[in-house]
Amino acid sequence: MRTGQTLRMIGFYAALLLFCGFAIFPAAWMLITAFKRNADLYDPANNPFLFNAPPTLSHIGFLFTETNYPVFLWNSLFIGVIVVAITLVLAVPAAYSLARLMGHWGEHSSIAIFLVYLIPPTLLFIPLYEVVTLLGLANTVWSLILVYPTITVPFCTWLLLSFFRSIPREIEEAALTDGWSRVGVFFRVALPLAVPGITTCIVFAFALSLSDYIYAAVFVSATTSRTVSAGVPTELIRGDIYYWQALMAATAIVGLPLAVVYGLLFDWLVKGFQVELPRSPRA
Amino acid sequence: MAVLEVRGLTKHFGDFKALKGIDLTTQEGEFLTIVGPSGCGKTTLMRSIAGLEKPTAGDVLLNGRLITPLPPRARNIAMVFQSYALYPHMSVADNIAFPLKARGVARAEQERLIRWATGILGIEALLHRRPARLSGGEKQKVALARAIVRKPSLFIFDEPLSSLDAQVRALARAELRQLHDRTGVTTVYVTHDQVEAVGLGDRVAVMQAGALCQIGSPQELYREPANTFVAGFIGTPPMNLLERGATIVGFRPEHLMPRAAVPESEDVATFQVHVARIEFLGSEWLAYGSADGEFRNAKVLCKLRQEAISKVKVGEVQEFVVSRSLLRFFDTKTGMHTAAAPI
Repeated sequence: MRTGQTLRMIGFYAALLLFCGFAIFPAAWMLITAFKRNADLYDPANNPFLFNAPPTLSHIGFLFTETNYPVFLWNSLFIGVIVVAITLVLAVPAAYSLARLMGHWGEHSSIAIFLVYLIPPTLLFIPLYEVVTLLGLANTVWSLILVYPTITVPFCTWLLLSFFRSIPREIEEAALTDGWSRVGVFFRVALPLAVPGITTCIVFAFALSLSDYIYAAVFVSATTSRTVSAGVPTELIRGDIYYWQALMAATAIVGLPLAVVYGLLFDWLVKGFQVELPRSPRA
Repeated sequence: MAVLEVRGLTKHFGDFKALKGIDLTTQEGEFLTIVGPSGCGKTTLMRSIAGLEKPTAGDVLLNGRLITPLPPRARNIAMVFQSYALYPHMSVADNIAFPLKARGVARAEQERLIRWATGILGIEALLHRRPARLSGGEKQKVALARAIVRKPSLFIFDEPLSSLDAQVRALARAELRQLHDRTGVTTVYVTHDQVEAVGLGDRVAVMQAGALCQIGSPQELYREPANTFVAGFIGTPPMNLLERGATIVGFRPEHLMPRAAVPESEDVATFQVHVARIEFLGSEWLAYGSADGEFRNAKVLCKLRQEAISKVKVGEVQEFVVSRSLLRFFDTKTGMHTAAAPI
């Protein structure tokens, strides 16, 4: 009995360790490479997963002083925040209206909205480029601020629609009879109960605007308007020279803080889901 | 205290006629129960009164004031939902304060009213809990506190006891009635349980298929049902209804007696009943039988006291009688109450 339990624990932790190793491996390699000296990195006899010479910060210094990386960072953050704001301002009221105020027609439109999300960007970037140039936004961050919501708004509307629908109608009706207007019910009852969904939307919209490559590379060619995702590969791969350490550092600086923030948000998100919504019996 | 008046209230959902012209007036401070089977429109009626449903036609008046065009928040009607509909993201105290906040009640006054409402319901200890951590009975009390805290003109209850255990339910029913007697607020209470409706209501309204069948005191409904539906719906076991040509003869199971148990002098109608089996209920017995002859073996139920059961012979056809004054007659086609027919 005791040995069986011990064996099971060993198996459990072995599997956990294997999974953690698998998940951590790319990030660890990225971090190690970012701090390596050239002589260490480019010697094929060296073990790539260890420091064979003392680590250095020179490549990070190079990234921030001799490239446009700080500008890319700022652009990505700026675009991300504005896209998240636009997405929430449009998707939250849209989803609520469709879920509550449009009758059955609204509820069934969710699939149509979701279909929009399935059209691949590779099909859309040429016509959208026309639109962007027509509006005089080509080569500016505003082209991306305009285009990203075309993806994030339908997806987030669809996502929030199901969140709002999962709130029992009776709870909102109770608030209506308790003396609140529809707007009051929206802000004081529906929104707080949809916080997990809204958090998911923030994460999704921010991650999308940060990770998109195709629109970012096509619509913006001026270096000073580029984002991290399109700017880093063009700036740090010059001809056939790869600035490996700087590339890795550029990725780690964006990726790791986000991983931590998402991790924390996820905890909060799961707690959010635990707000127990009662079933709504209907005669 | 208030008087609720419903005039010709009609509600159609597409082709489905949920309410077919309901007319109803409460008395001041009355406890009115509305009872009917599932899907009879009683919930739609409540929702229309509360303003959650826009009626197709007809009007709702509160104290003589037309409230049909008003949104729910302007009606000062408190509704307690079947699921209680507590706000899951708020503490009990915030739940109860929510209608007060909507009215901009000052903070100190809010606290005083919360203390008053929770005091009446005995839930002072729960103020800081979230609804998810309450039992069914506690949730119901919080919902009631939220309803009374703002001193509404009218209470509407939509099957508030149906999600409670049977044991808690009887207790909760008594508390609900006490709460009404204490606050004196006119109450409309919807249920599908006729025992609950008859037990709680000053008057009972019976609904069927979107129409009001009858409204009256529980005794009136029991003694003088307006149609066969009310006769069969009110009372356990229901009234015996025996079809005979153009009329249906109705009588309560406790009024059907073996011939030998009734004095010869009484004016009675006689039935030949074949008793199939008897059941012991504690204070009385229930006999299952069929009425022979012109009633073509229609099923009859007979509720008997201990002293009468000895006169019943199981498995045999024997004479049963009902005092003529206790017979009720209905039209076979319409089911409506009619004048007495010879029997």
